[in-house]
Amino acid sequence: MKLNRFWLGMVAASAVFAAGPLKLLNVSYDPTRELYQDINAAFARQWKARTGADVQISQSHGGSGAQARAVIDGLQADVVTLGLAYDIDSIAERAHLLAPDWQKRLPNNSTPFTSTIVFLVRQGNPKHIRDWDDLIKPGVAVITPNPKTSGGARWSYLAAWGYALKKNNGDDGKARDFVRKLYKNVPVLDSGARGSTTTFVQRGIGDVLLSWENEAFLALNELGKNKVQVITPSVSILAEPPVAVVDSVAAKHGTSAVAKAYLEFLWSPEGQEIGAKNFYRPRLAAVQAKYAGRFPKVQLFTIDEVFGGWQKAQKRHFEDGGVFDQIYAPGK
Amino acid sequence: MAGTGFKRFNVLPGFWPAFSYTVLYLSLIVLIPLSAVFLKSATTSWDHIWRSISSPSVVASYRLSFGASIIAGLISVAAGFLIAWVLVRYEFPGKPLADAVVDLPFALPTAVAGIALTSLYTENGWVGQYLAKLGIKVAFTPLGVVVALTFIGLPFVIRSVQPVLADSDQELEEAAASLGATRWQVFTRVIFPLVRPALLTGFALALARALGEYGSVIFISGNMPMKTEITPLLIVNKLQQYDYAGATAIAAVMLITSFLLLLTINLLQRRSRRFMEAR
Repeated sequence: MKLNRFWLGMVAASAVFAAGPLKLLNVSYDPTRELYQDINAAFARQWKARTGADVQISQSHGGSGAQARAVIDGLQADVVTLGLAYDIDSIAERAHLLAPDWQKRLPNNSTPFTSTIVFLVRQGNPKHIRDWDDLIKPGVAVITPNPKTSGGARWSYLAAWGYALKKNNGDDGKARDFVRKLYKNVPVLDSGARGSTTTFVQRGIGDVLLSWENEAFLALNELGKNKVQVITPSVSILAEPPVAVVDSVAAKHGTSAVAKAYLEFLWSPEGQEIGAKNFYRPRLAAVQAKYAGRFPKVQLFTIDEVFGGWQKAQKRHFEDGGVFDQIYAPGK
Repeated sequence: MAGTGFKRFNVLPGFWPAFSYTVLYLSLIVLIPLSAVFLKSATTSWDHIWRSISSPSVVASYRLSFGASIIAGLISVAAGFLIAWVLVRYEFPGKPLADAVVDLPFALPTAVAGIALTSLYTENGWVGQYLAKLGIKVAFTPLGVVVALTFIGLPFVIRSVQPVLADSDQELEEAAASLGATRWQVFTRVIFPLVRPALLTGFALALARALGEYGSVIFISGNMPMKTEITPLLIVNKLQQYDYAGATAIAAVMLITSFLLLLTINLLQRRSRRFMEAR
């Protein structure tokens, strides 16, 4: 009798639970906290208006690689929005949670916004840093995280390499030399982008921070314009932080439809505006035009053009024993 | 009492339940997770294991991790003994407060400790700016690692030595003095042998903690390859690169070396205790 009542209660409870709001977990990288807070609120509003149902979106943030690893190890992400395609590739390759061709499922390489790598310098730019060449001058301290552990730092490293290639007509040896000199000027290697921003901004270490463009503007807004300023170099890399539905997890949770709608919302005019307001470069031409004043003009190259894609770049530069390790090998 | 076989006599009953529980507990909480480390690293080839544990940056990190931990342990022993002495033998206003402050490094999240120490010791920090004038750099050098490890290791030594000092009979020292012993002799012949096992315990605890420490060190070390990367950081780096087997291989090296170190200290401690009892 007692037991029956217990089971009845359980059934009732689970029915209530099932009828409760849809839940979505977005596992993202470090600097997108503010972006997805805004996106989540707007999407929940829109979803309610469209379907009448509530949707509750949780966020998780951390270094892009660490987040991918958490998903591989079983973190129940319905969608992932990470710093670089390589990390989502790893989820597909190692845990088979989504199709290997995931990047073709949404427009623009599954990247709703782009970003790039810029410089954050102290107010008044006392070391006269204008472009990449100024970073390898003696006496300039450059802050950037360890590219082996930070997605953003990998973009910075590749941006520097790409710049040097362009300047030296594709001479690989000179590019390597340039990057080696640059890292000689780095006094601290934090493990993630937020760590480096803290080192530069809070602890006052270094003359220039290599930073995601959105992170740089965020720091500028939070600190006020009289402490730091953003310098956009002549050439930089087109950073494409992609998004994807984690098929297996979403199917298990019954959230495939809402997860897909959530990501598509990022390409909607409203989603694109939220991105632009958070200093991510939008894809939609109309929104680009509206926020043109916000994003300085810079010549951008893609990782596919210069490095033949993430898999190749990762293998050559960031694997153990790769070019980055060689920079620090003794006697060099 | 020969050292072999089970020693069962005790006024309290329940040897077998207590013994079984000990074995079960040690297995579930300690041995099984640790054996997972070895099993995981066994999933890859010897070649991969060897390359993981012997690459130049990893070898440099062993030197830093073990070197800095041992130095920090020794500093903790010297400073900890002094502080414990003051807390036990002297009366001064605010003593309970000072006593409580000792435990703070236990309570503070290590990352907070790391960030606080880094802010203090960078070249424009409160302490760092004066040291910088003397040409001493602390943050982002191996010295910074030693500072962080000393910070977290100190309470282990103090808390090990304090009860022993409190229990020791001051009359022994007085007797020694009245028999004509110099102050130095009183210290080396009476006090030091008494606290030596406790100092060894404190050293072992501080060392073990320092070897595994991550949070407080990574902020102050600067994490420069070949210079200031500690071994636990490289383990985390390997994980970030999805090289689980390589990470566990390095972990296994740390574990075995630490185990041997601790075993040696324990043996030393037993010897010094037996020596005391024999007298």
